[in-house]
Amino acid sequence: MGRRRASGGALRVWRLLLSSQWREQPALPAVTVLAIGLGVALAASIYLVNGAALRQFTQATRRLVGQADVIVRGPPDGFADSLFVALAHDPGVRIASPMLEVDAALPGHAGALRVLGIDPFRAARMQSALIAGLGAHPADLFQSNGIYLSSEAAQRLRLARGDTLTVIVGDAPRRLEVLGILPTAAYPQALGLMDIASAQWIFDRLGRLNRIDLRLRDGRDPAAFRAALARRLPPGVLAVAPQRERNRARAATRAYRVNLNMLALVALWSGAFLVFSTQSLSVLRRRSSLALLRALGVTRGQLRLALAGEGAAMGALGALLGVGGGALLAAALLRLLTGNLGNAAPSAAGAALGAQPWALCGFFAVGVLVSAFGAWLPARAAARRPPARALKGGDGDGDGGAAASAGLRLGIGLGVLGIALALLPPVARLPLFGYASIAALLFGAVLLVPSLTVRLLDALPRTGRVVFDTAMAQLRENVALSTLSLASIIVSFSLMVAMAIMVYSFRVSFERWLTKLLPADIQMRVPPDNDTAFWSARDQARIAATPGIARIEFRRTRQILLDAAHAPVALIARDLTPASAASVLPIVQRARGASHAQPPPAWISEALEDRYGYRPGATLALPLAGRMQPFTVAGVWRDYAHPNGSIVVQRSTYLAATGDASATAGSIWLAPGAGAAAVAARVRADFAPGAPLEIRTSGAVREHSLQIFDRAFAITYALEAIAVLIGLAGVGFAANSTALARRAEFGMLRHIGMRRRQIIGLLADEGVVLSALGVLYGLLLGVGLSLVLVYVINRQSFDWSIDLAVPVWPLAALGAILVAAAAAAAVFSGRAAVGEDAVRAVREDW
Amino acid sequence: MADQASAARAAVLRLARVGKRYAADRPAVLDGIDLEVAEGDYLAIMGESGVGKSTLLNLLAGLDRADSGRVLLDGIDLSTLDDDATTLLRRRAVGFVFQAFHVLPYLTVRQNVALPLELLGVPAAAQRQRTLQMLAALGIETLAGRLPRELSGGELQRIAIARALVHKPRVLLADEPTGNLDPRTAAQMLAVLRAQIKAHAAAGVLITHSRMAAETADRILILGPRGLKAEERR
Repeated sequence: MGRRRASGGALRVWRLLLSSQWREQPALPAVTVLAIGLGVALAASIYLVNGAALRQFTQATRRLVGQADVIVRGPPDGFADSLFVALAHDPGVRIASPMLEVDAALPGHAGALRVLGIDPFRAARMQSALIAGLGAHPADLFQSNGIYLSSEAAQRLRLARGDTLTVIVGDAPRRLEVLGILPTAAYPQALGLMDIASAQWIFDRLGRLNRIDLRLRDGRDPAAFRAALARRLPPGVLAVAPQRERNRARAATRAYRVNLNMLALVALWSGAFLVFSTQSLSVLRRRSSLALLRALGVTRGQLRLALAGEGAAMGALGALLGVGGGALLAAALLRLLTGNLGNAAPSAAGAALGAQPWALCGFFAVGVLVSAFGAWLPARAAARRPPARALKGGDGDGDGGAAASAGLRLGIGLGVLGIALALLPPVARLPLFGYASIAALLFGAVLLVPSLTVRLLDALPRTGRVVFDTAMAQLRENVALSTLSLASIIVSFSLMVAMAIMVYSFRVSFERWLTKLLPADIQMRVPPDNDTAFWSARDQARIAATPGIARIEFRRTRQILLDAAHAPVALIARDLTPASAASVLPIVQRARGASHAQPPPAWISEALEDRYGYRPGATLALPLAGRMQPFTVAGVWRDYAHPNGSIVVQRSTYLAATGDASATAGSIWLAPGAGAAAVAARVRADFAPGAPLEIRTSGAVREHSLQIFDRAFAITYALEAIAVLIGLAGVGFAANSTALARRAEFGMLRHIGMRRRQIIGLLADEGVVLSALGVLYGLLLGVGLSLVLVYVINRQSFDWSIDLAVPVWPLAALGAILVAAAAAAAVFSGRAAVGEDAVRAVREDW
Repeated sequence: MADQASAARAAVLRLARVGKRYAADRPAVLDGIDLEVAEGDYLAIMGESGVGKSTLLNLLAGLDRADSGRVLLDGIDLSTLDDDATTLLRRRAVGFVFQAFHVLPYLTVRQNVALPLELLGVPAAAQRQRTLQMLAALGIETLAGRLPRELSGGELQRIAIARALVHKPRVLLADEPTGNLDPRTAAQMLAVLRAQIKAHAAAGVLITHSRMAAETADRILILGPRGLKAEERR
């Protein structure tokens, strides 16, 4: 009974406090609500967009994998179809379905079209849902040079039944007739379906397959079968579990998804910190009112619950806005993405959002919990404070010194923990300890603020200027208030600094990487990411004979599969020697003591080192032309172009091993006096219209690449701006609350003869000193956090390194703007506070 | 005479050998204090600044804990209660009037006065009736809907007195209630305070520096370094 009455009392107190909070200073809780809403909206929209994309991809993969128990995969150029015959006769195999999977180059289109060559009768028993899309007459697929398109592919390519689809094979166009369009439900992404014989003919792969799906007889253990089969397969051909196929996309994008989610969490935590900061200030401002409530019989528990409830209520409102905003943002993003693919069909956004009510409830709960957590610490402190002193009019922090020394110990402890966490390896290839390190360093640094502030303010000499000296004395005396004001700048500014340094470092590293990789005057390539376009030796000779070319270098890039657990890696054959490698590749590690007796050299990217464990000096076997060819890892290079990893080998070695003299890219050095535009035009003129050739000056490639980079990081810049705005809002509220809480002090100063201008000057001095300290801390902390971002989180997430670079001047300018804004906020708040009648201000001293 | 009369009634407040010290290296603020206040008894405590008057008031209200001795409120030893139980006892049995008024600036006069009833969970209708009754008793019923910032010091202190007595507490504690008022308003306020204590048969304790204020109580005690002593009435 008593307990029920007590909780009812807490509810009444909560209602009272909340309504007073909103009535007194509506802007403060309103911006806090918006900050929480923003964090929740970002987190929810990122989750929803990722979820929708992944679901679509998973559905597509499921359709392609079908009911297979084992998938035999080879390199893009395939393996002999005799393997299919052998597997089809294996006693353990019930059905074997041969396939040729090709990413076909399309003239005039940046991306390739995935084409699946199948035996429709065998595939019908394996990928039944997909083949059902062909309707009642799958034999129609046998029509020579015919192709069925998925509805996504048809929309993207603007083709209908009876139209002609042109694909590029080598440097020549081949024409296919569109036999029909699969229904949307059959396959959600872009795909072409052909009869396998027709596909082998069109893509010059006669007698070649690169995939065989196997359904085993009942009772056969797929894992044991796969293990036995692996021993019989030719080099470069792997037996893969269907689950691996399904998970590959999920695994490939996991680091990006986790990092985006972390970015959203940072926004959410910034909101939580704002709740902490505003609630702390609000509690300090209302300390006499809260003490009165305690004197009138409000228990500590009721007060604690009521104040934490204030935070939770703000969180609930913010989270509600955030969940709604996040759903709308996700819908808009999905529609935008769909629009970019040229899809005029109804967006998938609605279905995706409608399918995830529990996720949205989860984000709502996170918003509320995070806010309640932010409000809990000040609530606990308020409930612990003895009411008698506040009722008597004690204005100072009182326990600031004790709090500072406790914070110092805990802060140092968290700092050490943060450094230790940064040294730990990734967990399941995710930098979880890196994130924990950031959190520990951030909280540790904030806890150090009171102690450092006291020491720095103590070190400031007396100037003899009454206004400045009074301002410094007030800051020293009210270290808790000063710290709260500082903390909001420190948290937002340090996160912004860390992110700015990380992005700037990446950009600088990327630019250096481009410069190293693009030393020639002109770059050319076939359209990227396809298996069918290349230049023959004759094409290369023709290009090389173009007038105005002093030197030309051709490269061949193709995909090879090293491990069933990972995506294919890029094999790049180019003209280089061990001696020249360092001048043409951004080498980060080199093998020592190479000898001529060793296998030929190969330079692996950092992703290969991280994912496969290859080290410089080790021997690496690559499947080339049906044989495992040994190479020595001569070095590790930084490659931002192939996220799944790449291996560079000498072109002469590649040619000797495979006999493949084709090329997919080239670099041209101009003869003295030759113009880049003229030479490029001449090379282009040598190719038929629609032929696979992209040719640009190296400068244009660099500029285009940097534009793409900046576009990709635009969201980061936007988040940085939001972080700074939240920090500025925190500074503004801190200034406002402090000024309001000190009305009586200002009244007293006015009584003893201080002019209004002097009081405003006093506040400006406090604002400048506090914000300068905040910006300084924020800079130092931000640099520390950026080290973790650059060397731990980036490295462990993306498997490539970047060099640290600090954008000194932009950060200095931003710091100066923050200091000026803080001083302006202090002056503005001071004007309002000293504008009131001084006598009344003194009377209201409680 | 008054002492005899109060002894005949039940003691609402009792202090037995109470001591309080804020730091081990500093002298005790209070030492061996004995006091009894019966219902309907109105007592003034005077003393020089720093002698421990406010500390004594905080001990009486359970806002602070004695280091030695016992404080009994309505027969309950406060040292046996935890913070929550002390708070709930204070909620029910104690009313406060402060020098600085301490009315909540964001509540109307009626809401401020009704606050103790609200905390006690009194039904809304009964709350309204009792609040209006108190406002009328203090002559401020016309101010019911106003906010504190629109009122004078005397009016604010009337609100504080109304709030202190609205829930019919057993004890009313007043700490320099006229410290912020002019002499004429102070005299009016002291008369109101006495009348209300008597009307509610509460035990009243007035802490004050003011001789004029102390004179309105039934008896005056002087708090000094040697404890509480009854003043010789002239």
